[in-house]
Amino acid sequence: MIDFQFHNPTSLDEVFSLLDTYGDDARMMAGGTALVIQMKQRLVLPEHVINLRRVPGFAEIRQTSNGSGGLTIGALCTQQEVATSPLVEQTIPIVAQTYRHVATPRIRHMATVGGGLVHGDPSQDPPPTLITLGATVTLVSANGQREVALSDFLLDYYETDVRPGEVLTQVSIPAVPSGAGAAYLKFLPRTADDYPTVAAAAVVTPGEGNVCQDVRLALGAVGTTAIHATDAEDALRGQPLTENNIRAAAALVKDLVDPLDDYRGSADYKRDMSEVFARRAIQSALTNAS
Amino acid sequence: MDQNITLTVNGVAHQLEVPARRLLVDCLRYDLGLTGTKEGCSVGVCGACTVLVNGNMTASCLTLAVAADGAEITTIEGLAYEGRLHPIQQAFVDYGGFQCGICTPGQIMAAKALLDVNPIPTEQEIREWMMGNLCRCTGYYKILESIVAAIGPTQAQEGAGEVNR
Repeated sequence: MIDFQFHNPTSLDEVFSLLDTYGDDARMMAGGTALVIQMKQRLVLPEHVINLRRVPGFAEIRQTSNGSGGLTIGALCTQQEVATSPLVEQTIPIVAQTYRHVATPRIRHMATVGGGLVHGDPSQDPPPTLITLGATVTLVSANGQREVALSDFLLDYYETDVRPGEVLTQVSIPAVPSGAGAAYLKFLPRTADDYPTVAAAAVVTPGEGNVCQDVRLALGAVGTTAIHATDAEDALRGQPLTENNIRAAAALVKDLVDPLDDYRGSADYKRDMSEVFARRAIQSALTNAS
Repeated sequence: MDQNITLTVNGVAHQLEVPARRLLVDCLRYDLGLTGTKEGCSVGVCGACTVLVNGNMTASCLTLAVAADGAEITTIEGLAYEGRLHPIQQAFVDYGGFQCGICTPGQIMAAKALLDVNPIPTEQEIREWMMGNLCRCTGYYKILESIVAAIGPTQAQEGAGEVNR
């Protein structure tokens, strides 16, 4: 690893000031599970590393204050805290379930929620689930703050919409709509701690007469970002939730994904599996609907 | 760029001057001579380098020593007490939980982290918790049996009990 200067700010203002001083020469670090590997491999060579773990106030999981039943998760919460939080389990269980799929317990104890999202790896478990729930992230800078839908925040392979001087401070997750069911499926043919070959998340709200009142569908590991499959959603929304209609909607994801050939499968195979897991995710979400 | 840090390792405070790029595993092994902690994959997958940082199981190969400044760290060397092995260590001896030994410090530290937060885990909970600690020798059953044994015979009946093969 190339050496660097390590900074231990204890307030957001100090973080902003360091970002202002060092600009592109600085990288922020939370759990470090992604950044340290990138630095070891010399893919990222920051001259300054800004440690966020000593900045207080961003490690809390709480119910969103507007009474909507959603959750607000501080960026510095570890992924293990989310995976095992009784509040998350009671409020939006699919979020805890999804975080339990991430890597191994040891990595989850280190890696943070915010760090994972800004890392922007398209194969991560949480983004598809968070996109189907309509999650937003809060980005704070010295000049103010803005809220961005997660589906807009993930721009490209390892690229997110964090602008210079900004820090991701929390993710807000709306509750699963009343009567809806949610599911996250991780197709994992190799080892339990691996990234998915294909991942699919769905939230389905069945309405009167088994008509699909609403559906949300997102896929992971089959493109440069997690993919919000809006075309498939549009095809199913308002239609009866029959097996044929679900199949037809799921088939549309084959045109939305752009997987890579790798040791988890060929691009063609992953494209086929995207359809299969999109269909199964919709069906599981429907089964889980109360 | 060197930085002064304090690490309390197995109850002993150490003042150290380390470069920012120093990894915790190297700091333990080379600066403090605590070679019980092993480095395997260097990318956080194999679990050989597992130590406890403020009680949390941590991959010391992905942790910067400067990021652990002020922390309480427990390594495999910190488990035996007054010449007696820790019950988890003794169980690994009694139940053949290791062969070549390279993964063992990490296995035992991960098992300790589990029993610290969940003193009577079920077999399934042990399997899930230990999934990030790879072993190329034992085939894992002996490790599982060692951890079950470390729970204690009485508690094991409530928890994991017999290991299902």
